[in-house]
Amino acid sequence: MEYFVQQLINGITLGSIYGLIAIGYTMVYGIIGMINFAHGDIFMVGAFLALIVFLVLVAIGVSAVPLALLIVLLVAMAVTALYGWTVERIAYRPLRHSSRLAPLISAIGMSIVLQNYVQVAQGARVKPLPPLVHGGYTLFEGNDFAVRLSNIQIIVVATTLALMIGFSLLVARTRLGRNMRACEQDLKMAALVGIDVDRTISLTFVIGAALAAVAGLLFLLYYGVIDFFIGFLAGVKAFTAAVLGGIGSLPGAMIGGILIGLIETMWSAYFSIEYKDVAAFAVLIIVLIFMPTGILGRPEVEKV
Amino acid sequence: MPRESEPDQSLDLPAAVKEAALAAVVAFGLFALLIGIRTDQGPTGALILTTRFRALAEIVAAVFVARLLWTLLWRKANAAVAGFVPASVKAAAAGVVPYAAAAFLAFAFVVPVIFYGNRYLLDLGILIVTYTMLGFGLNIVVGLAGLLDLGYVAFYAVGAYSYALIAQYFGLPFWVCLPLAGILAAFAGLLLGFPVLRLRGDYLAIVTLGFGEIIRLVLLNWQNLTGGPNGIPGIPRPSFFGLPFNSSAHGFAATFGLHYSPTHRLVFLYYLILGLALLTNWVTLRLRRLPIGRAWEALREDEIACRALGVNTTTTKLTAFAMGAMFGGFAGAFFATRQGFISPESFTFTESALVLAIVVLGGMGSQLGVAVAATVMLGGFELFREFDQYRMLVFGVAMVAIVIYRPRGLVATRTPSVLLSEHEGVAAAVAGSARTETPA
Repeated sequence: MEYFVQQLINGITLGSIYGLIAIGYTMVYGIIGMINFAHGDIFMVGAFLALIVFLVLVAIGVSAVPLALLIVLLVAMAVTALYGWTVERIAYRPLRHSSRLAPLISAIGMSIVLQNYVQVAQGARVKPLPPLVHGGYTLFEGNDFAVRLSNIQIIVVATTLALMIGFSLLVARTRLGRNMRACEQDLKMAALVGIDVDRTISLTFVIGAALAAVAGLLFLLYYGVIDFFIGFLAGVKAFTAAVLGGIGSLPGAMIGGILIGLIETMWSAYFSIEYKDVAAFAVLIIVLIFMPTGILGRPEVEKV
Repeated sequence: MPRESEPDQSLDLPAAVKEAALAAVVAFGLFALLIGIRTDQGPTGALILTTRFRALAEIVAAVFVARLLWTLLWRKANAAVAGFVPASVKAAAAGVVPYAAAAFLAFAFVVPVIFYGNRYLLDLGILIVTYTMLGFGLNIVVGLAGLLDLGYVAFYAVGAYSYALIAQYFGLPFWVCLPLAGILAAFAGLLLGFPVLRLRGDYLAIVTLGFGEIIRLVLLNWQNLTGGPNGIPGIPRPSFFGLPFNSSAHGFAATFGLHYSPTHRLVFLYYLILGLALLTNWVTLRLRRLPIGRAWEALREDEIACRALGVNTTTTKLTAFAMGAMFGGFAGAFFATRQGFISPESFTFTESALVLAIVVLGGMGSQLGVAVAATVMLGGFELFREFDQYRMLVFGVAMVAIVIYRPRGLVATRTPSVLLSEHEGVAAAVAGSARTETPA
């Protein structure tokens, strides 16, 4: 029981990170109907930026961890957002009106570019970062097993929760959010009623990338080690989360993320750690077969 | 390419400089941290920073100049050229295609004769033809049936491991193993096909990607059977219908009274894969004329109409997957026998992306395009061998650039299976605009 609760906590923490990445997938897919294959690598870029900014801050003598983390968060979000914007501008916008396959190929190309760019610029070896956030609480003990909730886990879940609430408000209340929802329903119609579609799509990418940067920072803090290849698996799993939750749905992305995190953690804990990724992919396939619209998704109406 | 708010075409230097400066600022924002500062592990294990502001300045300056030149020269030139290329030149280009294919094929046949003494080029030739064959196989699934498959490498892997394991455990010769590997890969295709029958488009793509990864992870972790990350060494090399390529008295060279040379095997391997690729090509071309091929192409164009017309979409999709997978399996068996060693390393997602890029960049459904794209991509890859670490970077950039400037592929003149009338242009335009509306 204690072991199970511990895995539950770990799973939710991991799932929060997946959820943040999944939002980027689900928004882009909702609006322009493409899998932004490079999104996982945007997350990776965000993690690298966070690492570098933090090291720079340490080098120039900013030693208070909360202040440093705040600056890291803001800078990483801003620069990663710029990456998101640039990727959309260079690789996707020229293909807005071509076949559905072309943007996907372009996205795969962009994913390869980002991965290898970071590899060339920062080297292929893993980057370790000593743990910054220490401490935690022992919730309860029993059978020689203490259930621990560490501060970093609290930070991950709290940050994710706060961002989710903020982002939901943005989509529900602001003008930009309304534009995004309009574009999601019908791009052409949205353009006809005076919405700047290109700008809305750009901003969608920017916001998605900024959230991925937060996920990158949290990943860095939680695991303490990153490399240029973390984007691929995290990206595929986050996409799985988006599909599982129902693509196009924001709460769905979060629920999907947490479910994927839980499945992965539980599988590792009770079955075999080698096959944890197989479990995640298998879930993706099973969900798509039996529940193609996901948990909170709308059924896709097939138009002739 | 529709470009909104096209500025007037006159040479406007201040505006161009402003635009270039903006690009430089963006570039600075992008690269300042990731290129300007490098993190490396120091002797104590902690990360240390080194600055590279010079490289950063060079890159930002390069972006500025490139953007300036692009605005001043390229855009104008591009607009001028785009105006009058289509009519005559394109028709001429289309007329050349059949001859180009014949010339290409003829060249492919004489490669071992021309480059007999050059092992390196022969190896490269074998590699290119292998990927051409993979491209042909994937073309059946993606180009003909319109089912986007991101996990094609799984069938390549199944073929390779089938051959390696059958040859090692049962000692069967290559020519018996080859069809077996193909059949097993086809079964893997069916295995993938069944669950994804109801999926379309991008969902299908992501499931096939997952399938490819599952196969790779199983190969990696099923230590008893596959040797895990260590792979399978010592896979039997191919023989010339029973005559091994070695210096023994029963070897190929001795039997034919030739002086033994290791190049014999390379030449044999080259013609072997060329034959397999041509077989794939021939089968594809014949299938396109059969009802099943017509059904594939109809499925690609419109699945609902297909069903309305009584086409059995289940069998149509499954045969496409199985057929494509079978050729992938053949190529995999060839790969195993050529390498003599296989490990899960060779079957990563990058391979799938490469093959898919070859198919799409070649112009989906065009057989010549696949061959051209394979040659361009892998040849280009080799050109960058000296700059090893930039190779994949350039590959990615090329992929994006080609798809942006030629979204329909390098050879976009696929011969239509059925020609109806001259109104094709209008129909295509309508279909194109309809397609952009579908995502909801």
